[in-house]
Formats: sequence, C-alpha cells, structure tokens
Amino acid sequence: MTDPRITIRIDGHEHRVPAGASVAVALLDAGIPRFRTSVQGEPRGPVCGMGICFECRVTIDGHRHQRACLVPCVDGMAVDTRDGADV
Amino acid sequence: MSDHHAVDVAVVGAGPAGLSAAVHAAESGARVTVIDQTWHAGGQIWRHRDRAELPDEARALMARFEASGAQHLAGTSLFDARPGHLSVLGPNGSLELIAGAVVLATGARERFLPFPGWTLPNVFGVGGLQALVKAGLEVNGKRIVLSGSGPLLFPVAATLAQHGAQLAAVCEQAPRGRVTRFAASLWREPGKLAQAARYRSTFRHVPFRMGTWIERAEGEGRVQRAILTDGTRRWSVDCDMVGAACGLIPSVEVGMAMGCDIVNGVVAVDARQQTSVAGVYAAGECTGVAGEDAAIVEGAIAGLSAAGRPAEALYARRDRGRAFAARLETAFSPRPELRDRADATTIVCRCEDVRLDELRAEWGARQGKLASRAGMGACQGRVCGAALAHLFGWEAPRVRPPLVPVPVSALRPAEPLRD
Repeated sequence: MTDPRITIRIDGHEHRVPAGASVAVALLDAGIPRFRTSVQGEPRGPVCGMGICFECRVTIDGHRHQRACLVPCVDGMAVDTRDGADV
Repeated sequence: MSDHHAVDVAVVGAGPAGLSAAVHAAESGARVTVIDQTWHAGGQIWRHRDRAELPDEARALMARFEASGAQHLAGTSLFDARPGHLSVLGPNGSLELIAGAVVLATGARERFLPFPGWTLPNVFGVGGLQALVKAGLEVNGKRIVLSGSGPLLFPVAATLAQHGAQLAAVCEQAPRGRVTRFAASLWREPGKLAQAARYRSTFRHVPFRMGTWIERAEGEGRVQRAILTDGTRRWSVDCDMVGAACGLIPSVEVGMAMGCDIVNGVVAVDARQQTSVAGVYAAGECTGVAGEDAAIVEGAIAGLSAAGRPAEALYARRDRGRAFAARLETAFSPRPELRDRADATTIVCRCEDVRLDELRAEWGARQGKLASRAGMGACQGRVCGAALAHLFGWEAPRVRPPLVPVPVSALRPAEPLRD
C-alpha cells in the first residue's frame, strides 16, 4: 500500500493505519477480529461491511455503538473495543 | 433543533439506481437531494477508494451526477420516512427534507442464514468481505473460504484473488443443473457472460464447486476451519476468514415505513416505477435484484416520472432487466438443506443472542419478537428477518421509526413544545 499513514489509538495502543481506511479495516488489520461482546458474552466482529448488521459496534472518541465499518479513520482517533457486554 | 429543507425530488440511496434517478430528475429541471449513509456515491456495487478502479459506465454516471446540480448528502442516515417527508441525520445533525416526490433506491443486502459458528469473528458475508477489502482490508496470503450464491460470488472471488488471498474454496449452493441452465440463458446478455469469464480467469486455479455449501464454522475466538458439504460428503478446510451468505435480498424497510405495498419481498411498482403510494417511486434492487444495468434504467424511469416527464422509451429495456431478475431468483434461491444446518443452540438473532431452540415455528415474526426478543436489537431484524423467513416462513415484521438507532437529540421536535 502506498497510502499515507496516520496514527490512531486502539484500546490504548498506537497503530499506524492507511489514511482513509475504515475503523473496521484498521482493527482487522491490527489483528483484532473481536470488536464487541454480545449480550451472552460471545466475541463478535464485522459481518456485512455496509452498516446493516451492527456487529462491528465500537466506541469511537467516547461515542459508544459506532458502526466501525461506516467510520473512516482520522489521525488521533481513539477506538475502544473493551466496553464489555452490550446495553 | 432540526432544519427544514424543501426539494422537488428526494432520492434515498446513491447507488446506480439513485444516481440515475437524481441525474434524470435534475436534468429535467427539478431540485434534487440525494441522501446516502456512506461517504462516496456509487452504492455497494461501485464502492471504491480510487475512482479509476471503476467501470467506465460508473465513472460516467458519477460525473454526470456531479454536473447535474443535484445535492448529495453523504454520511447521512434516514431515520423516519413518510410520503413527502424524510427525517435524516448527517454529520451536521438532523434535517427534515420536505419533498414533492421521493425515489427509493435503497438497494439490497446479503441474505445471511444461520449455521453453527456463523457468529465467530472473521466469518463475514461474501459481499461483506468484498466491502471490507475495498475499504482497505489486507488479505494478502490469507486463506479464505467463500460459500455463497449467485453472480456476486465471481466478482468477490476475483477481488480477493487480485489482493493476494489464497482462496481455499469457492462454493455455490445452487445445484449444478440450476447454475448450468442459468448460464445457458446468458446468451441473451453476452456482456454479462464475458464479464463472468473475466472474473473466473482471475481465480482459475481454484475449483468452483456447485451444489456445495458451508455446514459449520469452527475456531477459538475466531474462525479457523470451515466444514463444507455437498449434501453427501463433508470435509474440513483450514482458513483465516470465511465469506458466507446466500445471495442478495431487497432492502425494503424504507418503503415499508412509507406504507408502500411490499409484494414477494420487493417494493411493488407500476410501469412508471411508482409505488402504491402516490409520489413515492422506487428503483433498483429494492424492487427486485437484477444488477446494475437494470438499476440504472429503472432509476432513469423513476427520476423522469418523479420530475413529471415521460419515460416510455425506456420501458422495454427495463422489462428485459426484470426478466433477468426472475431468472436469477429461479436459479439461486436457497436450497432447503441450508435450513438443516442450524442446531438447537445456534444463534439465530445475533443482536439479542436468541438461539433456535428458544423459537417455535408456529409463532410468526410478531409473537417471536415479543416472546424471545428476536428482531428487537440494533439491526431491527435486517439480518435475522431473512433467516426467520427461511427457517420458519415468517413474514418480515413491519419496521417502525427510528429506522436506525439515533441519539435522542435528533428526535426533538423542530418547534419547541408549548404547554
């Protein structure tokens, strides 16, 4: 990839990701297939890639339940997958 | 507080049908606004990071759209819809769109059917995996199993192969006889046949298995292997990722919310692409899955009709597209064996973690929802609705606003309430 890279924080750790990548892509490329924990405690990650399944919900800059597949990464963004069981 | 914005034609969805509708309405002199929840025009089929990747036809339509004067509200979700009135939430907050006519071009989504292990991380949809790769997902060297149905399989396999993935298997659930009859009918569409051959050449070293599907996915914390079957034999394939779905289904929720008749799972339209509700038109995959050529023609008819212009000259081409849609449906409908994959503990509703053994076939969608919460989660049944229709024949329940989860602030009335 020749894309310019930007830095985001995923669960407190810095990651260099291609500018313009979605948050879902950034997490998967960082080796994080589990995005959230289901109501019964199962690990879940993205499925549809287009915003309809809501499985890729993460906390972005403090906003909970953001669909990672719809949000482009921005330099300095903080992404958190550690909110535990969903409300 | 919500702002108001009045237009002649509001278009929901910026895929091929929506862009075509917007172009034809705007070029007829109408004030047009298009809303779409993604950031780039083109919809799922023309999803891209660099426009140079797209087919000429897509680039031409996008350029024409940009020159048409139509307004494009990107990153904007529709959360309430009534005829002539759309409530949308975008990057700058909520907005009430007051429209003389509305064109629904809400497209299609994948039909996800449950099987043991389908909730494991790294089990994606077929189109879902392609969407992620187009958004930059690295698949170089990854072992990937695809199990799907219909014409989407080939372009997805091609995209993965071009990005360096090791395709471990490409499986089409439809039996060989059905696929062969469908392929034979493509002499009527030589362009589609040539395109299929081009896609196939990019993954020619990988067997394309007809009458084969994924039976279960297994792994610790993420998928590590797929168990495939042809109904007689079963075998295990190690993999890093799975793309599994069973073709596409129309996305009809917005039409439903507007009170449009939904017939056989599609938004019903007349010759002018008008729905059962006056002033509400529909075009593209939400009126039946027929591919982008049909979507562009239907969008043109809908856009012209919404702007009060005649469109009869386009009807014959549109009707050919509809005939193609009918052939697709016959060839690639889900085989009944796919139902037998889910066992008692398989999760059917992923939002609420409802297992198959918590549901009774005789309930129907409404009672099922009340008794088990299936379909009550964030996706509002967009995933499990199709699964429950396939497993039990339940009809999709009616949607209610908000059509997508929105912050309470977006729901505040435009005028302050007075006592």
